[in-house]
Amino acid sequence: MVFRIPSLSAFRHLALGLCLAALGSAAVAQDDVSSGPIEGDVVGGISNPTAIAVPDMPTPRSVGTPAGNTEDLGRQVARVIEDDLRNSGFFDPVARQFLRDVNMPQVTAPEYPAWNQVGAQNLVQGYVQAGSNGRLTVGCYLYDVFAQAPLERAGYEVNYADWRRAAHRCADMVYARLTGEGAYFDSRIVYVAESGPKDNRVRRIAVMDTDGANHRFLTNGQSIVLTPRYAPDGRTIVYMSYQNDEPRVYIYDVATGRQRLLVDAPYMTFAPRYSPDSRYVVFSMAVNGNSDIYRVSVSGGRPERLTNTPGIDTSASYSPDGRRIVFESDRSGGQQLYVMNADGSNQRRISFGGGRYATPEWSPRGNLIAFTRLGGGFRIGVMRPDGSGERILTNSWQDEGPSWAPNGRVIHFFRTPRGNSLPSLWSVDVTGRMVRRLPTPVGASDPSWSPLRD
Amino acid sequence: MIQFSKTAVLLAAGSALALGACSRSAPDELPPPPVGTTGPDTTPTYSGPPPGSREDFLANTASDTIFFETDSHDIDPEDRAILDSQAAWLVANPGVRVTIEGHCDERGTREYNLALGERRANAASNYLAARGVDASRMTVISYGKERPIALGSDAASWAQNRRAVTVVPM
Repeated sequence: MVFRIPSLSAFRHLALGLCLAALGSAAVAQDDVSSGPIEGDVVGGISNPTAIAVPDMPTPRSVGTPAGNTEDLGRQVARVIEDDLRNSGFFDPVARQFLRDVNMPQVTAPEYPAWNQVGAQNLVQGYVQAGSNGRLTVGCYLYDVFAQAPLERAGYEVNYADWRRAAHRCADMVYARLTGEGAYFDSRIVYVAESGPKDNRVRRIAVMDTDGANHRFLTNGQSIVLTPRYAPDGRTIVYMSYQNDEPRVYIYDVATGRQRLLVDAPYMTFAPRYSPDSRYVVFSMAVNGNSDIYRVSVSGGRPERLTNTPGIDTSASYSPDGRRIVFESDRSGGQQLYVMNADGSNQRRISFGGGRYATPEWSPRGNLIAFTRLGGGFRIGVMRPDGSGERILTNSWQDEGPSWAPNGRVIHFFRTPRGNSLPSLWSVDVTGRMVRRLPTPVGASDPSWSPLRD
Repeated sequence: MIQFSKTAVLLAAGSALALGACSRSAPDELPPPPVGTTGPDTTPTYSGPPPGSREDFLANTASDTIFFETDSHDIDPEDRAILDSQAAWLVANPGVRVTIEGHCDERGTREYNLALGERRANAASNYLAARGVDASRMTVISYGKERPIALGSDAASWAQNRRAVTVVPM
């Protein structure tokens, strides 16, 4: 979807190539919020969020499109970008009453002193243009207001219906450039939508953009559905369904809407997760009261057993290189976290704190494992794969089921209140300082992040 | 952990069915089925619950439900008495297939509770099998913490939700 911005005549006077020279000094100026080891101090952007201005994007010509006219779209694209940046916790967008109107020539020649005056450290400008090919072009330009220098530019061409994706891509570019972290706004969330009372709950698989837009239900609520997980290639979703009163793992094809049974066995299969190459699913199977972890090809076939203890072994999750698996087991008495090689060898315990540890998920960066810690409530925490450096990130009655963003920086989980109430989706960053509720139309649990979209 | 009398919990549940089941002891021998009640019966004539029906099961067993301690699938003497009455009924009604549901309280994580509920359902099923009920007549299913009967977040509610239920088809 990304392409180099066409040399529109309106922009021909711009020698954006020059910005490459400016990048060096600008990058130095931004080092305080730049990347580094995740345990390091990357929270400068959170305790002191960067003031950033995202004015409405002009259009060279107001054209009606199926998604609205380009003038309106320019305003909406800017708001989506602004919301993404605000919700990341790293940015403090300049209030709307201080935003200035930007015309097309100013998109590439910002009025730095004016933006400086309203306190903006950075500035995101752009334009929205309807193409003759039935597609929408969004130009996205990032500037350093203090240094009065362009930092980066990008252009996105999308189908009209996908205009929000262009906005998310622009926000991703800004976020990645200014924080040094990986992008994550242009991705999807799959989760379990929950409605009705606790003893008669309706559960449906639903998908939405990371900001809650483009929401869609994938199942109709007739069967209980649980624990959906996106494949790393984004094409399928693996989940558990009680269809025909037989709790089994199914694979749902996002493009066709078809689902198929993963393993044909007379036993409950549950807790599925994909391997990083999307070729295998690791899951648990309960045979006469004993749950062990198995691995099977996504195309089916005979499952390979990876654990063999009399206890409950479940919630398996691959390391991003596919060589190891973290899982939980109560073989020592209560639930604890264990790591093993992908073939099941070398199983060793990594969690030793008080209480129980459950639902581990390996970060896509590989450096951390997120988990649910039980004991006087459920809380979300992270630790290194060797069990060291444990940090608890949330504190509530029941916070459960962490799932990593594609950048390994943000974690989604679900929070259940006491009594007969619906759960909801929340996000927390790895520092634990930025906790935020995600908007969903009904109750929500079991979030799982898709990969960054192509 | 506060210990609750399971009978008290049953009473607290306030279920008319449970109360009825508790106040009645299973007869030593089931009466022969009345003539003419095998087909769908729409006449208002009272003739007792049809043999082999869910009503019959509930009327002639101590309970359809056993309860568990926290994070446990142990069958205690109280559970055994209930399961013994279920086994007697099932042996006397060899044509009936049952589903045994395993459930948990909300204080475990979702995936673990699926496994724990399955353990509980199997504990009940294995006990019934040892009492002469053919294993092929019993299907186990775990609902984890997804189908509580008590909605509170308190010890009494949790005690009611940690259960295995023997379900005779309607």
